[in-house]
Amino acid sequence: MAFVNPKTREVQIKIVYYGPGRGGKTTNLEYIYNKFNHRIKTDLVSLKTHGDRTLFFDFLPFDVGKILGYDVRVQLYTVPGQVKYDSTRKLVLRGVDGVVFVADCMAVVRRKNILSLKNLYENLSDYNKSIFKIPLVMQYNKIDLAEKGIPMLSPQILEKDLNAQLKAPSMVASALTGLNVIKTMKKIIMLTMPTVQGQLK
Amino acid sequence: MALVVNEQQLNDIESVLQNDIIDLGVSCVVLIDMAGNILASRDNGSKKHDIYSLAALAAGNFGAVSAMAKIIGEDEFSLLFHKGKSENIHFSKIMTEFLLVTIFSNEVSLGFLRLKVAEAVSRITEIFSANGSP
Repeated sequence: MAFVNPKTREVQIKIVYYGPGRGGKTTNLEYIYNKFNHRIKTDLVSLKTHGDRTLFFDFLPFDVGKILGYDVRVQLYTVPGQVKYDSTRKLVLRGVDGVVFVADCMAVVRRKNILSLKNLYENLSDYNKSIFKIPLVMQYNKIDLAEKGIPMLSPQILEKDLNAQLKAPSMVASALTGLNVIKTMKKIIMLTMPTVQGQLK
Repeated sequence: MALVVNEQQLNDIESVLQNDIIDLGVSCVVLIDMAGNILASRDNGSKKHDIYSLAALAAGNFGAVSAMAKIIGEDEFSLLFHKGKSENIHFSKIMTEFLLVTIFSNEVSLGFLRLKVAEAVSRITEIFSANGSP
């Protein structure tokens, strides 16, 4: 749930990057952090295992400037993608305002994408939120691997698997090279802002 | 949907944080919601902490500890406190949605702090309830 502070004229919005393990959620945040670190006053907070897998979440606060006279601070979070961390994943979703679903384009993880999306649906339901109503952007990540001859899922297949009913805005991306990473972030902010705009006076 | 607290409530909450907590000798106090958003904060000017990261971690930590409590059959743990060599952190839940995070040095006794935090929590609860929000 976003917080509007009428005194400091600041809005805080929580965006969560969700998706299967090793899908590139943390890499999205790392790219954003490296690209804008001159504008970001704090470090990227990462709670990870010794094997560099996300254990709890990554966190990056990001000032996006003024909207209707309010300073908008977007708090970007990732969840741990591994199936076994469902309880911590659910904790990170608490109070979420918008979700980026980072799907992995590699053909070998097709089923994991679908299971992760189902898990998002269930975990949002536990907070009485609907995946059909929450601002959502689909990102089909690792498109750069196509050049290396790795079997990939086409955007059409991913759309059919994940987005046929949701019909959320979607885009291919490469978190590693930065392709569409910022575009994804801008899109989710643009979708999320109208949900709080009514509260801004 | 957004959580909106009016300006008067925020002024009253900041007065409570200043008068009941900071004036006690505490270095920093932050009122957050369980999503990790900061509603209000006060410090004594001695140190600058990254309170945004602190808020995200505190909300996550509190959620994790509450989940652990449920696993062992407790509703929640009554004392949430981390002790360092010179700085300590104390967490106190307010209603169901908020958390008061207090950072203090060893010069402040834990018992006295808990007493004052409990008073502040009760005042903040009144402030929220009096205006029918949140």
